[in-house]
Amino acid sequence: MIIEHIDAQLPGTVTDRHAFRGDQTIVIAKENLLAVVELLYREGFQLLVDITAVDWPERPNAQGAEGAGRFDVVYHWLNLASQERLRVKVPVAEGESVPSLTGTFKTADWFEREVFDMFGIRFDGHPDLRRLLTWPDFPGHALRKDFPLDGGDVFCMEGCTAPYNNGERGERS
Amino acid sequence: MDTQALPDNVLTTQLKKVVNWARRNSLWPMPFATACCGIELMATASSRYDLARFGAEAMRFSPRQSDMMLILGTITNKMAPVLRTIYAQMAEPKWVISVGVCASSGGMYRTYATLQGVDRVIPVDVYVPGCPPRPESMIYGVMKLQEKIERESLSMRKDHIARFYESLARQEALQAEKGLTSQQAIREMLMDAGERGVGTIF
Repeated sequence: MIIEHIDAQLPGTVTDRHAFRGDQTIVIAKENLLAVVELLYREGFQLLVDITAVDWPERPNAQGAEGAGRFDVVYHWLNLASQERLRVKVPVAEGESVPSLTGTFKTADWFEREVFDMFGIRFDGHPDLRRLLTWPDFPGHALRKDFPLDGGDVFCMEGCTAPYNNGERGERS
Repeated sequence: MDTQALPDNVLTTQLKKVVNWARRNSLWPMPFATACCGIELMATASSRYDLARFGAEAMRFSPRQSDMMLILGTITNKMAPVLRTIYAQMAEPKWVISVGVCASSGGMYRTYATLQGVDRVIPVDVYVPGCPPRPESMIYGVMKLQEKIERESLSMRKDHIARFYESLARQEALQAEKGLTSQQAIREMLMDAGERGVGTIF
């Protein structure tokens, strides 16, 4: 229902969609994110449940090519009046940033900090984009698929993951 | 020498035996409880299992007033510097019991976030296995520590702690020199230790 509404109001923004057992998902470009969010807010999707991201390293990482980014930033909304839920995915290439939602949703502050910490995706316009969970000079971003599960443990025996960055300590970010 | 010159109520012994006897029967635990092992300690300390039978009932939540640290639960890498600071602040002589698999080896948490064993950053005297260990195991751990204290020489304990303070000074120097956070300084020290093939940073 809301997806048809977005189609009518902002034609062409929804590049992909699917529904699974009433769970609706749309994919939009990051340029259209703020416009869609504004529309969603007006339509009653006022509870931002979560922001997370998914790393797809096998995707072609063409900078700016449509829908080909390495990451999906995933937003979950709940409409408290109609109890409708909507998932919005925004593909983003490595090194690109996403507009911050902190202007509309206070809760986006820490969600975006967590996504930045875990995936290294930057958010434009965020008031205080620091790492949230790991320490400030933590090497790398822990939820990227190329980050070793144990964080590149030095005492690890044979059979565990390869050392992080081929044994280099890695740049700090 | 005429032994009768000494009255019957005099006993000759070694200083360390007397001192260690006093030390082992009056342990003041400092519960560093971060997970479910802490709940298990509450059972250990209360009436059914009664840790007081072994002279270790005076729980103190200030490191300044305690000499036996019980590490109860998962220690994350972010927590490691805190653990080291608190250990450094404890009254000497001090002992450490690592309770449960998380504290002893990281346990099931083989991840970037979890310290793979507290013995990498502070000296541990007794390990109690279990997830979480039953109160009986914890009491057995305290008894094992008492046995250990009984056999200790006084200077050995001093050297043991001095080595830790030296590593703490090294950590602080590293932080000041390279501008690292304490977490990152410990990580660097662990990396160096790993390259040298040593399992600990103290």
